[in-house]
Amino acid sequence: MANYKALYQEVILDHNRKPRNYGTLEQASHHAEGHNPLCGDHITVALHLEGECIDCIAFQGESCAICKASASMMTVAVKGKTRADAQTLIQEFLAMATGKLGLDSPNHIGRLAVFAGVRDLPTRVKCAILPWHTLHAAFNSVASASTEAEADPMHAPIGNA
Amino acid sequence: MNAVLELSRLPATRTMAATGAFDVERLRADFPILRMRVEGKPLVYLDNAASSQMPQPVIDRLVRYQTTQHANIHRAVHSLSEIATAEYEEARRKLQRFINAPDEREVIFTSGTTDAINLVMHGYGRKFIKAGDEIILTTLEHHSNIVPWQMLAEETGAKIRVVPISDAGELLMDDYENLFNERTKLVGVTHVSNALGSINPVKEMIAFAHGHGVRVLVDGAQAVPHLQVDVQDLDCDFYAFSGHKLCGPTGIGVLYGKAALLEKMQPFKGGGDMILSVSFEKTVYNTIPHKFEAGTPPIAAAIGLGAAVDYLTGIGMAAIAQHEHELLSYATAQMMEMPGVRIIGTARNKAAVLSFTVDGVHPHDLGTLLNQDGVAVRTGHHCAQPVMARFKVPATSRASFAFYNSMAEVDALITGILSVQKVFA
Repeated sequence: MANYKALYQEVILDHNRKPRNYGTLEQASHHAEGHNPLCGDHITVALHLEGECIDCIAFQGESCAICKASASMMTVAVKGKTRADAQTLIQEFLAMATGKLGLDSPNHIGRLAVFAGVRDLPTRVKCAILPWHTLHAAFNSVASASTEAEADPMHAPIGNA
Repeated sequence: MNAVLELSRLPATRTMAATGAFDVERLRADFPILRMRVEGKPLVYLDNAASSQMPQPVIDRLVRYQTTQHANIHRAVHSLSEIATAEYEEARRKLQRFINAPDEREVIFTSGTTDAINLVMHGYGRKFIKAGDEIILTTLEHHSNIVPWQMLAEETGAKIRVVPISDAGELLMDDYENLFNERTKLVGVTHVSNALGSINPVKEMIAFAHGHGVRVLVDGAQAVPHLQVDVQDLDCDFYAFSGHKLCGPTGIGVLYGKAALLEKMQPFKGGGDMILSVSFEKTVYNTIPHKFEAGTPPIAAAIGLGAAVDYLTGIGMAAIAQHEHELLSYATAQMMEMPGVRIIGTARNKAAVLSFTVDGVHPHDLGTLLNQDGVAVRTGHHCAQPVMARFKVPATSRASFAFYNSMAEVDALITGILSVQKVFA
């Protein structure tokens, strides 16, 4: 049985209340829009790559707490990391959210483990993974990402760019 | 002892008819699903506008049909086929009486409201609506009464005009009347808004449209489960509704249409049962309603829907409307006292639908957390995105009540919202 209370724990509520790296980026080298048409979640992710390193990242948008906290914690997690490290984290986060990654195996999830509970809430998985899908789209300079149709991250495999 | 047992097994409708009292606990006992627990809590099912639950007499009817009466209809001469045909056609007459249609041939079984509206679009719209003609819809329509007409407009070059709504969620009747001109061919209007609960003055709208020689299709999906609907009194040309919102099965619905119109219309789907004769040179279509019921219909579902309207009639639609109105008033009064809670849709004449937002809490978070208390509400755009756009919200939470909901369940909803507000404080 899903433990909803465990999902809405303080760290997620805190990032929802006070999202980090929230806003726009003047000097973005990459950006993308993410949209979940089913619930209306809509976010943008913008970042600046200095060489291979993400030196700035920001997000903005209207979404539920799970999506907003996931986006906020994502920006914290990948800021200062290389593109390759960020791609690895994207893969691991998607795998965790869809129940394909056990947290007992080696991983880089860290504090993002607070989102592990969404695996038991099929209707909410998309909320948690939308920011990550959008970040992936930004790396590939894909103009927009969607959680539906062929771009559905639940069904479409995401390969390393 | 046995007598007591027997009495407790009777559907509540029988005893209520005898006593005249609205006994919600007795009614609840007829719905096995209401004894379910969700997340360890008693289920509080407040998503009736999406789909209602099925009482035991309807479940029993489905089992009896499938166990002892099933065969294909309108075909063979063997006994089972004759029984199934008779039961299917009897279900049609039950639906006819339920909406007071003058003639059983005017009751077409469809797969639901969406299918019924698409039938009118294909059968009536494609034959009678041409380039430059105008179709009037309202801001309150469900997507199912928007998209088919957009498809027709795209195909024919017809235009869609939209009746706006007030901040309360009521249609602006002056604007409605001003939309009419010599090119207006059809009005499509929902009887009750699924997103807001507003009950539209469809009788007056139909009279006005008829004054201009314009036909009217009413989407009754949200009205038929909650109001006494009389298609003759409304004088509508078409009336569409679904079985699964009416304590019946999914996959069945009804299109009522005036016989003279149905006879002039093109069939929607081609196939068996909708023909009188077929040759490669010429096919002669069957008479109504069969002209519109190609292929093997959902026989069990139709018979189940017949049992569902018997059940509702046993309670009485007036009594149902009264109880639901009390639920709505009680819930509305409590919600209006809650800081940060905004009710979307405050029409003077409302069915038991409460759409609302909670400051600082996205509807999807609210829905997930209410579910933890066993409370099932709908969250999202309710397939009515123009309504959401009108109120400048991406989504709302919606509690929609049925006659088997209790005041205690309203309390559970309110308590649940308060506890979610604490989590997000």
